[in-house]
Amino acid sequence: MLTDLLGIPPQVLFGQLLLGLINGAFYAVLSLGLAVIFGLLNIVNFAHGALYMLGAFSTYFLAKYLGVGYWGALILAPLIVGALGIVIERYLLRRLTGVDHLYGLLLTFGLALVIEGIFVKLFGASGIPYPTPPQLTGGINLGFMFLPYYRAWVVVASLIVCIATWVLFERTKIGSYLRAGTENPQLLQAFGVNVPVLTTLAYGYGVALAAFAGVLAAPITQVSPLMGSNLIIVVFAVVVIGGMGSIVGAVVTGLAMGVVEGLTKVFWPEASATVIFLVMAIVLVLRPAGLFGKSA
Amino acid sequence: MNTKVGYGIALALLLVAPFMIYPVFLMKLLCFALFACAFNLILGYGGLLSFGHAAFFGGAAYITGHVIKVWGLPTELGLLVGAGSAAALGYLIGMLAIRRQGIYFAMITLALAQMVYFIFISADFTGGENGLQGVPRGYALGIFDLQDNLTMYYFVLAVFVIGFLIIARAVYSPFGQILGAIRDNEDRATSLGYDVDRYKHLAFVLSAALAGLAGSTKTVVFQLASLTDVHWHTSGEVVLMTLLGGLGTIAGPAVGAGVIVTLQNYLASGPLGAWVPVVLGTIFVVCVLAFRRGIIGELHAMLKKSF
Repeated sequence: MLTDLLGIPPQVLFGQLLLGLINGAFYAVLSLGLAVIFGLLNIVNFAHGALYMLGAFSTYFLAKYLGVGYWGALILAPLIVGALGIVIERYLLRRLTGVDHLYGLLLTFGLALVIEGIFVKLFGASGIPYPTPPQLTGGINLGFMFLPYYRAWVVVASLIVCIATWVLFERTKIGSYLRAGTENPQLLQAFGVNVPVLTTLAYGYGVALAAFAGVLAAPITQVSPLMGSNLIIVVFAVVVIGGMGSIVGAVVTGLAMGVVEGLTKVFWPEASATVIFLVMAIVLVLRPAGLFGKSA
Repeated sequence: MNTKVGYGIALALLLVAPFMIYPVFLMKLLCFALFACAFNLILGYGGLLSFGHAAFFGGAAYITGHVIKVWGLPTELGLLVGAGSAAALGYLIGMLAIRRQGIYFAMITLALAQMVYFIFISADFTGGENGLQGVPRGYALGIFDLQDNLTMYYFVLAVFVIGFLIIARAVYSPFGQILGAIRDNEDRATSLGYDVDRYKHLAFVLSAALAGLAGSTKTVVFQLASLTDVHWHTSGEVVLMTLLGGLGTIAGPAVGAGVIVTLQNYLASGPLGAWVPVVLGTIFVVCVLAFRRGIIGELHAMLKKSF
């Protein structure tokens, strides 16, 4: 086999590929949320990592205080955090309409500091374990590798959410409004569509996507206050690589970068933390608008 | 004329300050003031939000520490090597980042700075989590012993004044005017025949070099370079200092740095020590929502109204 020729046992290679695919699923869902928000608000949501963390913490709180399990949290946590997002948009970001978009980034950066700071103070920087749902414990031996059910579920669930988002945007009435709002909000407003409400909903939806990723991550990475803070920087790099123009672009780039990272762990472990940034640098040189971006 | 009197008073205060206030605290303040002023050159005058200036500040901090401690270079030369390497890093990062504008610029600088952070974590000479410790302060001009805090303070003050003058010179030169024109209307500047990318790149390198000088000086003062210096939190802090003091005002960032460093020092010793990030984040939010002109900007506006 090819893998044996390269001196790497197939279990290691496929194991890292799967890990890469899982990370890629998180990158995809998070960068998708960023793209949705960027489309209507023209800001980069720096608080995305903190809201992802809140998704995981909501999952933990729901189990601890209300006895709501994993499957309930998968629905409820995005709704709770999405509602918080709506409040943030309505009462904070809305005030920045007409101001340079960089201030939106700075505002969400400040929010991220506040949210993460509060949770670090209350829960410390170390993680809290969250159990894998009983239906998905264990795994299956595929011959060339062992596939834990939960990890397979993470990839499948992420893809379902990404496809649902694509359908919502490309095949529904509200999706056509959202796309029109991205294109020309003034004109859409003139046609009698309530654009401010649409904007608020878009922010809520993008944030709910982040929280959904947080729920998926809870049994894998532990629930910790800083789980989103380094991740979000990698997601920014993914967004620069793919461009924020299209849903398909965000998802494909996210998955691909996860796989690239996984393969780097196998062949050149020292570079695995920086490889996505390297890819970003190369893309900036060769195709500054991003792989899926329209050139300016 | 008024501004000259103002700067004269400020300089006089800085000269006598170490007799009233703990010099090490003042030195920290001056280092961050220089860092924020250098950062303002690219954000306030160039209109480019860099979220990766910690790479220059912290990178230079490590390199200066290394060349002074291991190679045994004299202190002044160590600072120059630090600033020079920050300029070189700024050349590379700037070359990539100015290919995109606005929000993308911020994300790219942040991502590249994170890459620098990971490189410094895994490099052997940085000492990992412990940082680079025990950097000797050495002698200024080969005669003045910098181990003495008062001597060290005047050395840092001299570095700050030189850095500040370079920035002021750049801002009030034709170069600075063109930079402002690019910030206000890039297409117009292009149509007037200016190579806008070259101007942005040059401003970025200059800003990086001076941010590096600030980081190098900080290493000499505290005899330590650590991962905090290259972490993105430091990039965020310098944005906050500049914003709080006043974007695009020459003295604002120094004032903002003074407020933030004082606040951090004050909070760290009190019961609110663990809440520092929350307090900084709240100031960030309040500044963005209600106080976008910053302290100096608001003062300017008030003066204009009353006269």
